[in-house]
Amino acid sequence: MKIHRINALVQRHLFLYRRSLPRLMEIFYWPFIDLVIWGFITVYLMKFQGQLPGVVTFFLGALILWDVLFRAQQGITISFLEEVWARNLMNLFASPLTPGEFLASTMALSVFKVSVVSFVMATCAVLFYDYNVFMIGLSLIPFVLNLVIAGWIIGVLTTSLIMRFGQEVEVFAWGMVFLFQPISCVFYPVEVLPQWLQAIAWGNPAAHVFEGMRSVLTTSEFPGLHLAWATGLNGLYLVLMIGWFHYTFNVCKERGLLVRVGE
Amino acid sequence: MPTASLPIVEVRVLIKRFGDFTAVDGISFDIEPGEILGLLGPNGAGKTTTIQMLLGLITPTSGAIRIFGKDLATHREEILQHVNFSSTYISMPYSLTVEENLWVVAKLYGMTDIPRRIDDVLKKVELEAARTHVTRRLSSGQMTRLALAKAFLTEPKVLLLDEPTASLDPDIAHKVRALLKDVRQTTGLSVLYTSHNMKEMEEMSDRIIFLQKGRIVAQGTAQQIMQQFGQRDLEDVFLKLAREQ
Repeated sequence: MKIHRINALVQRHLFLYRRSLPRLMEIFYWPFIDLVIWGFITVYLMKFQGQLPGVVTFFLGALILWDVLFRAQQGITISFLEEVWARNLMNLFASPLTPGEFLASTMALSVFKVSVVSFVMATCAVLFYDYNVFMIGLSLIPFVLNLVIAGWIIGVLTTSLIMRFGQEVEVFAWGMVFLFQPISCVFYPVEVLPQWLQAIAWGNPAAHVFEGMRSVLTTSEFPGLHLAWATGLNGLYLVLMIGWFHYTFNVCKERGLLVRVGE
Repeated sequence: MPTASLPIVEVRVLIKRFGDFTAVDGISFDIEPGEILGLLGPNGAGKTTTIQMLLGLITPTSGAIRIFGKDLATHREEILQHVNFSSTYISMPYSLTVEENLWVVAKLYGMTDIPRRIDDVLKKVELEAARTHVTRRLSSGQMTRLALAKAFLTEPKVLLLDEPTASLDPDIAHKVRALLKDVRQTTGLSVLYTSHNMKEMEEMSDRIIFLQKGRIVAQGTAQQIMQQFGQRDLEDVFLKLAREQ
């Protein structure tokens, strides 16, 4: 693993943001629109504050944290797609760059995106709704880290599928994460799911993170068990997914697909 | 890393099958230090697949590729540090400037003194004026020269060129060929070269391999190949072989 090669790819993507309005919009505009829409829904629901305690905290906090996962996934998948669209994969993989270094650079970019988006959303939440996401406390840090890793896992899965099946599944870059949203229990507790779906949801690290967040807000207790589950599951899935990416990469090289992605 | 007494590139009984289709069918060849080897053949003969296998982008079905005396399958990273390529069919990120694109490539290969190297290589391919231009604004000829600049920038020991002059006007194409000869002369660069321009092939190649349906059907100097097929020039050899398919 060579840092200079990871740095080269990170810088290559940061160059893009210098003069691309659509790419900047991806960081600033969409998170802002999300926050405005959900924020006003929340303001409306506040009228029923008596019946729904902590509704602002639940909804806006959940929204900001969901965006952490979403942008972490996008950071990986869109970085890969940028290379496909630029027909640059051959240039990259005919260089000494390893698949592991490529993934590491997309993960670094994903951290960059998450940091900027979170800052934008947290600031807007304070300005528009007088809501401070940091009121969740220090437990926010391990939750956010777990969400970033959960986003990476979905991002690596999506990237592998695009590499293997090409343009036909490019739409997964935007849609795949929403397949996991119902069982991430972002805006409702796991207990509202049917029993059989609850069993699946508990296998999803993001569900433990959002359940843990709600637990902090309602009981003020640190949800150690949820955190342990989220971290353990994330560790396991990340290792499996990186292995899957390398396997897919080799299959693509054998079938000559790597030089044809995007055609 | 390159060892002067051994071939720089050794390809042995290389086979690539995609399902039932055999793209490359048991070819073997060497490239000597400082040699320009031409790879000739009609479309679908297996030239590009061979180059892509030499770059580690496609895994051979069987056979061996040794570069600098090392097995490509097990020493990929080390070998590719000293290999580069240029192809008319590959672009560089359009949204980056010429300079940014070259900077990224230089960083990928761990180069130092990058601004000076970029200056030098842009001068070589006569692209200094486009240094700060966004790549999407380049003409196709400039784009091809940028791809060549990228290939020269990392000072490779082996250069794989897939139709490098295909979209260049005769003046620039001539300059590119002169540049290649010059670099070969001064650095001992070994080159694998494909082109559909027979005159260019004759002018550039020390030796030519003629591929057809994934197999080597002729090899030697341009003169030897013309004699072997009883033709006056390479174009006639090409037409004869292509029409025999």
